[in-house]
Amino acid sequence: MSTSISMTVNGKEVSAEIEPRMLLVDFLRENQRLTGTHVGCDTSQCGACVVHVNGKSVKSCTLLAVQADNASVLTIEGVATNGELHPMQQAFRENHGLQCGFCTPGMVMSALDLVNMNQDPSETEIREWLEGNLCRCTGYHNIVKSIQAGAKAMREV
Amino acid sequence: MTDTGIGAALRRREDPRFLRGAGRYTDDMNLPGQCYAYIVRSPHAHAKILSIDSAATSSSEGVLAVFTSADMEGIGGLPCGWQVNNKDGTPMNEPKHPVLAEGKVRHVGDQVAVVIAETRAQARDAAEKLNVNYEVLDAVTDMNAALESGSANVHDDIGTNLCYDWELGDKAAVDEVFENAHHIAKIDLVNNRLIPNAIEPRAAIGDYDPLSEEYTLHTTSQNPHVIRLLMGAFVLGLPEHKLRVNAPDVGGGFGSKIYHYAEEAIVTWAAGKLNRPVKWTAERSESFLTDAHARDHLTHGELAVDENGMFLGLRVFTKANMGAYLSTFSTCVPTYLYATLLAGQYKTPLIYCEVKAAFTNTVPVDAYRGAGRPEATYVVERLVDVAAQEMGIDAAEIRRRNFIQPDQFPYQTPVALMYDTGNFQDCLDNALEAADYSGFAARKEESKQRGKLRGVGLSSYIEACGIAPSNVVGSLGARAGLYEVATIRVNPTGSVSVLTGSHSHGQGHETSFAQVVSDMLGIDYESVDIVHGDTAKIPFGMGTYGSRSIAVGGSAIVTAIDKIIAKGKKIAAHLLEASESDIEFKDGQFAVAGTDRSKSFGEVALTAYVPHQYPLEELEPGLEETAFYDPKNFTYPSGTYVCEVEVDPSTGDVEIQSFHATDDFGKVINPMIVEGQVHGGLTQGIGQALLEGCVYDENGQLVSGSYQDYTMPRADNVPSYTVKTTETPCTHNPLGAKGCGEAGAIGSPAAVMNAVVNALSELGVKHVDMPATSQNVWKAIQDASAS
Repeated sequence: MSTSISMTVNGKEVSAEIEPRMLLVDFLRENQRLTGTHVGCDTSQCGACVVHVNGKSVKSCTLLAVQADNASVLTIEGVATNGELHPMQQAFRENHGLQCGFCTPGMVMSALDLVNMNQDPSETEIREWLEGNLCRCTGYHNIVKSIQAGAKAMREV
Repeated sequence: MTDTGIGAALRRREDPRFLRGAGRYTDDMNLPGQCYAYIVRSPHAHAKILSIDSAATSSSEGVLAVFTSADMEGIGGLPCGWQVNNKDGTPMNEPKHPVLAEGKVRHVGDQVAVVIAETRAQARDAAEKLNVNYEVLDAVTDMNAALESGSANVHDDIGTNLCYDWELGDKAAVDEVFENAHHIAKIDLVNNRLIPNAIEPRAAIGDYDPLSEEYTLHTTSQNPHVIRLLMGAFVLGLPEHKLRVNAPDVGGGFGSKIYHYAEEAIVTWAAGKLNRPVKWTAERSESFLTDAHARDHLTHGELAVDENGMFLGLRVFTKANMGAYLSTFSTCVPTYLYATLLAGQYKTPLIYCEVKAAFTNTVPVDAYRGAGRPEATYVVERLVDVAAQEMGIDAAEIRRRNFIQPDQFPYQTPVALMYDTGNFQDCLDNALEAADYSGFAARKEESKQRGKLRGVGLSSYIEACGIAPSNVVGSLGARAGLYEVATIRVNPTGSVSVLTGSHSHGQGHETSFAQVVSDMLGIDYESVDIVHGDTAKIPFGMGTYGSRSIAVGGSAIVTAIDKIIAKGKKIAAHLLEASESDIEFKDGQFAVAGTDRSKSFGEVALTAYVPHQYPLEELEPGLEETAFYDPKNFTYPSGTYVCEVEVDPSTGDVEIQSFHATDDFGKVINPMIVEGQVHGGLTQGIGQALLEGCVYDENGQLVSGSYQDYTMPRADNVPSYTVKTTETPCTHNPLGAKGCGEAGAIGSPAAVMNAVVNALSELGVKHVDMPATSQNVWKAIQDASAS
């Protein structure tokens, strides 16, 4: 049994025939070959799979692809424009906010959603917001710094 | 220092690909014709397999094959890389670790069968139909119970759960100093079992080319050449020249991706059987059940102290859990990476350590960030604090009195290691000043006003890194050499490809190694490329673990560069019609000493490949050199960590108020990367101290088997850190670097727990076991007030 879905992914119209049980993350990774969105757990805890659906951060392992039918999806691959890193991506690089890189796409997507809602988040607000994103490498110290710097850069754009 | 050379906080060249989502991790790869493996795992901790009925599975949609151990005749067990001997010199018990269970399962998650299908979902659906008939046996997960007579036997053929009973030191001599000691500090402690949890789950893709009869394994490994050797020679019987192992971008390892795992052998073997690429990716639940676990010690320790607070002797008795099978380096962790560090930073003249290692019906245990050294540091630094408190000596002062002094290096410890250098006093002073140690009493009082108990804890750690001199580890039972390999390939137009056996999975080698090379060769950083991870590209290598990449891998690179420069001088001498001994190499120029005549590195490179004006009768064309660097000693990073906590006595909740780290890593290549490594290590150590604990129930079910049940440190559990470094360069490697990867995880648990106990001491609490969850702390408070 298959079902057809259509959605906008990183500004591009896509449609496909999929199994109804397919998760959004598998649709993005396997069907669209957008492998920047990662799978780090199976209990919706780690946040490596965070994407934006209609402008809000969502764990794409927790959504069926059919639930995103007709939605607009932004993945990490769609964040940079014209080859230039987004200020938040640049801030992660400048502040060494990543090591192995596996949690990074989810971190950046979460951070962007936070800053969209709160242009100048405090350290406490950032740490609380990241409750749904696990990183095993950085100890979060530089991720917090990155998001503060990224938010500042976004305010100044 | 240039802005891209040694010492520069250069931003990482790895980052843009990761930030764009363009990293290539194993599960990101799909090969043409690929099919998917799903592993059927034991739901029981200990059971006989009476029968396996695969009919329904085999006929399920999309299924290509179902394999059990019966199909894998002639395939070897997963090997253990280190033989530890008993006190009497006899070798340890070393039961077979089958790739697929042979008649019996020994832990929940033990692999029983593999189902291979066209899609991942089909493989999983079909696996649910596999009918395995088990006879459930009594399980043992507790080490004490496992070592008692009458316990269920994990391995019937060896008749005991004792893997080895090992010792280091002269017990009689140590016991003698305890006879007349002024004071004996004692402690019983648990080093809690951890689950590593790199955020990228393990994955493997096997591939086979019938034309060349070559196998390829793409895998999440920290050391692809080691996997090629172990899997090729011991498990599948494939020669190296017919087996390629590729570890592309790897999403964190922390030790758990050192080992050769069954799934790697299964997909490689199955790819040959099916003539198709076979992919397996762990679900997180499988990671919890199959990635090698960590720590898991029960220890009794005693420190004999004289009336001046000077340490006279230390004796330590440890039981270590091996799990159900011996993982690749499991056996050396509680022995040669543990007991040898029990001198810590101190002049303790006599030390004895006994370690009994036990098999249990749990996941195999192996090295995890620090590996043995966090356990040793925890024993020593907790005992030092117990002695200080019982004798009324300040925690910093008792350490200061017992430190090995800067003029005593090289220092031979009583537990086999020879520390080459260090300045422990300097690190301590630096950390105390950063932490405003002298202002603690005022902060404690301020906390008290708010109903909180404030505590300060110190941990002065030392670690043996830069693993390791091959002849030394060989004499101690290692079944491998632990050198590292680098090839410097100077291309005709002067760019440089560095082929290194060190694997980078978060450490930033592509940046820091390029800094070393560009600095030494005086060439543009951008013209240096670091290549790692693929046995088809790299001549050889032993991989990344034990904080060895810069100390051993970097030294191999430097040694190869020295050979390049030496050959370059010959070429330049010929071009400049000068004597080779008159050629100096500096800032990318081969110059005749005392003249303005020189040839650039690029000109020499081009000449090497276009050898028209070249001493062909004496020198081969080309400019490529390989070095195998075998370290002369371990390296000894050290430092002092100062942690302050506040405890809410009504809830037992612990909050870290500040954490100051001062480390001596010797020469630092990229301070930004080093600081990041410390942050990560500290957080893993704080996780061990306050949050993380692997829990099995009495039936051997893993209770803490998901992120909902196993408490990983999250952003709001940890503070921002203050990280500083001091520098006493390593004396025996060319960079003077000691390595920084594990320090944070080694030093921090003791600092946190000393702070927690310090906070609670006014309530009569003498010890709290890790993890110091609010429940455990609250219970310790209640127990103390009841007694």
